[in-house]
Amino acid sequence: MESDRVIVVPRCLLRIINKKMFELIVFYIFAALLLTSAVMVITMRNPVHAALSLILAFFSSAAIWLLLEAEFLAIVLVLVYVGAVMVLFLFVIMMLDINLAKIREGFIRFLPVGFLVALVMVIVMGSIVGSGIIEPLLEERVYYGPGFSNTQHLGQTLYTDYLYPFEIAGAILLVAIIAAISLTMRARRDTKAQDPNRQVAVKRSDRVRLVSMKTEDR
Amino acid sequence: MLIELQMILPEIVLMSMACALLVFDAFIPSERRHLTYLLAQLALLVTAVLVVASFPQITEYAFNRTFVDDPMSGAVKAFILVITLFIFFYSHDYLKEHGILKGEYFVLGLFAVLGMMIMASAGSLLTIYLGLELLSLCLYAMVAMHRDSPPASEAAMKYFVLGALASGLLLYGISIIYGISGTLDLQEINNYILYNSERLPMLVYGLVFIIVAIAFKLGAVPFHMWIPDVYQGAPTSVTLFISSAPKIAAFAMTIRFVNDAFMHLTPEWQGILIILSILSMAMGNIIAIAQSNIKRMLAYSTIAHIGFLLLGIISSQSVSATGVTGFADALFYVVTYALMSIGAFGFVILMGRKGHEADELDDYKGLADKNPWFALIMLIFMFSLAGVPPFVGFWAKWFVLKEIVATGLAPLAVIAVVFSIIGAYYYLRVVKLMYFDKPVSMTAIKATQTMRAVISLNGLAILLLGVSPGLLMTFCIEVMKL
Amino acid sequence: MIELLHSLLDATLMPLVPESMHRITYLTFETVFKITLILTPLLLAVAYITFAERKIIGYIQCRIGPNRVGPRGWLQPIADALKLIFKEIIIPTGANRNLFIIAPVLSLAPSLAAWAVIPFNDHLVLADINAGLLYILALTSLSVYGIIIAGWASNSKYAFLGAMRSAAQIVAYEIAMGFALVGVLIASGSLNMGEIVAAQEGWLVHWFWLPLLPLCVIYFISGVAETNRAPFDVAEGESEIVAGFHVDYSGMAFSVFFMAEYANMIMIAALTSILFFGGWLSPFPEMIPILGEPGLFWLLVKISFFLFLFLWFRATFPRYRYDQIMRLGWKIFIPITIVWLIVAAVFVLIGLPPWFD
Repeated sequence: MESDRVIVVPRCLLRIINKKMFELIVFYIFAALLLTSAVMVITMRNPVHAALSLILAFFSSAAIWLLLEAEFLAIVLVLVYVGAVMVLFLFVIMMLDINLAKIREGFIRFLPVGFLVALVMVIVMGSIVGSGIIEPLLEERVYYGPGFSNTQHLGQTLYTDYLYPFEIAGAILLVAIIAAISLTMRARRDTKAQDPNRQVAVKRSDRVRLVSMKTEDR
Repeated sequence: MLIELQMILPEIVLMSMACALLVFDAFIPSERRHLTYLLAQLALLVTAVLVVASFPQITEYAFNRTFVDDPMSGAVKAFILVITLFIFFYSHDYLKEHGILKGEYFVLGLFAVLGMMIMASAGSLLTIYLGLELLSLCLYAMVAMHRDSPPASEAAMKYFVLGALASGLLLYGISIIYGISGTLDLQEINNYILYNSERLPMLVYGLVFIIVAIAFKLGAVPFHMWIPDVYQGAPTSVTLFISSAPKIAAFAMTIRFVNDAFMHLTPEWQGILIILSILSMAMGNIIAIAQSNIKRMLAYSTIAHIGFLLLGIISSQSVSATGVTGFADALFYVVTYALMSIGAFGFVILMGRKGHEADELDDYKGLADKNPWFALIMLIFMFSLAGVPPFVGFWAKWFVLKEIVATGLAPLAVIAVVFSIIGAYYYLRVVKLMYFDKPVSMTAIKATQTMRAVISLNGLAILLLGVSPGLLMTFCIEVMKL
Repeated sequence: MIELLHSLLDATLMPLVPESMHRITYLTFETVFKITLILTPLLLAVAYITFAERKIIGYIQCRIGPNRVGPRGWLQPIADALKLIFKEIIIPTGANRNLFIIAPVLSLAPSLAAWAVIPFNDHLVLADINAGLLYILALTSLSVYGIIIAGWASNSKYAFLGAMRSAAQIVAYEIAMGFALVGVLIASGSLNMGEIVAAQEGWLVHWFWLPLLPLCVIYFISGVAETNRAPFDVAEGESEIVAGFHVDYSGMAFSVFFMAEYANMIMIAALTSILFFGGWLSPFPEMIPILGEPGLFWLLVKISFFLFLFLWFRATFPRYRYDQIMRLGWKIFIPITIVWLIVAAVFVLIGLPPWFD
């Protein structure tokens, strides 16, 4: 047949490119991106580049969450971490004059310890994952399809089953605000801060005094 | 839903009052700051009344079993609230004297109490963790609150970094347990362990992380590094707080873990706790001898006492006929310890004045000549901490030791006794300084009348409990009959 | 039009593609086609808003504005674009080369990507996703990166100052903006943009701007701040820091920033129309023939009106002082939005007619 000859991609490969395969490919792309950017976070010489790599890492993990049909978590990860936290992070890093040599001093020295800890973690995680706990969970995995609203389900669970922990988390955030403000805010006497309330409320009589004077004789 | 809300009414009331206090404090002039303090005390009092009024007789669950209401949680909450009443009292005087009185101190204190109450009645790993975080966050901020003092900032930094590390370890342990069992509910974890003993090694791995985190929070050796620096660097009022009420909450948390969730891993956690306990008693008691700063000395004494507390928890399985009495001993121990600890640190506050923290041992020289009554009160605190009869500290040690022997761990009891005797040395040294040395300066104690009255009350309470420990002990046994 | 595309594909490409790939090929081409359909008018609009801006501000200031290129100056934007394209892109020696080039792209891309979830009428939308509103919020929060990175990579004090100002400002106003959107969420009960418009079914008085009036006003003002437009344009601040974050950019690199700013303006105008002013719904009751019909036309009218407001602001208000911007964002807008969230929740709870019954 005519059309057979122009196919560039081998047939065997085409057969396996179904939906699941596509998902796998996307997953591996983002997983690779995630790992690369995570490594870059700790190896980059310039802290600004490291922070930008961290942003990339957040993006890749958001993409992986999207694959798991957890769009709420994915978007919130971008919104909160990329959109707010990392902006402030970059803000601070750019303002600071960081001495790179000093930071990197300890890197080699503590590398063996870091490797040891990482090794232990890998062994443990490996043994937990490999002990056959995960497989049944994978079998149970349900694909909900496009009509499924992750946001709605998350909201429903949070406000019913996990209402109590959720409210406590709110209290923790409140305490964090109180703590941060009470530790950093102090009325400084030496700043020339303006009080807009008083600026707006100012009247003519506060600034200008009309004095009636007798006209002087020539 | 209404019944559930009724069950957490004390927590809701405390939270609402703390929030209201926060707003109230922002709008009052600083010379009326004592109103904030009085309202904070009122909040504690109201909450305490609510806790006592709704004291649970049986175990009940709420909010999808994330909240447990049982006699133990009721008792622990009541103890925490009463101890905090004392703490706020001492704190107010201290903060006013040193000119660092801020409304946020009491607001954060109330939130810390809320965190402790949440820990005490946690039914799931999630609630335990969140309660602990709420408590810790408040404490970090309270330590750092005196911003012009470099030691306080340093202490806060150390406390924060190590505390965050401990929280991380706890979360790691929790995540492992959750990963294996697939549930956060303590009771369900217990059941899971019972029916899935083949997963034991993995579960123990998670358990180890959780125990390490508990040890961090309690301050057991070898995870005690933060205690001396934080105790010494923090304002005395905060040291007072850290050393008392949170220990009771940490005890409750430990019970939630080891009894509610990991009952079927008893041999495993017992083994770890025995090591921690021996090390704590040894290190705490021996290093305390070398201290010249009384806050630091009391910090090491805390470590030693934590060792003893762990003994009580270890001996949980001894008497099955009367319920789990080992835990009752531990509860008795931690409550009486909290009472002695606030007394001792309260005494440091009593002795201090503006610009002078009476935290060196030399400040106590010849106190008996200057003020025999307060020297006597301090003597009660020191004797009680050392475990000299007839004060309550003796009974606390005695009950724990009795239980340990009954568990069949007699050698452990011998070690405990030996270290207690070593420990007695540094407590008695304070007594010797007060009664047999010449005073360095003749500055009189400048505390307010109420402060004097309350600290006397505190001392007398220790004496009274020492004379008749039966009532408190019966209560402890009653509530720990899980 | 989609059918046309299909037949075109069938005639040319499809015989070359194996059977199993047909669906995905159709889908890819359809999507690309739709994207082109959205972006081409958008970019044209961007070009002509610059023209409109100069004209409108000109008339407000009693001038005529550009009137030389083409009939009545209509070809002015084209001339500007050509000029910018042929200019050299200068990269300063001390600049961080890669980031310097990436920055304009980072600032334009989110403002274009956000259009994916904007519904033009009840079926015309590129991606009808459940969490549309969240997606918008996430993407608008990203546009700040272009500015910070540009400011930092330029290695210039003025640029850096502009970037820092912008970062602080955007973070502050994003919170108020987010809260205002939460109000819409409470009122409509959905994150899907189409459903939000559907929840406002009716005419002028049925739209959310009335029950959510404070949120609506705050949203639009925050939008102005978020796009760094006057009177919140301290990130550029010609009279203080030359041109702020893009002081070192030239040629096309500069014009991409320029395009991003105007694309963001259109975005904010479109979002305000959709979230608070009923999107494609007609402001007249349905009884009135022709005028009462919903349609794309109404959305465009609304967008144009809000764009006009942008220009009007610029011609009227002096630039805010920096501390006043911060005060407005943190101390006024955020408390108001939080209070109004509670009010909105009460409205929904009691089923206040005619919006929530």
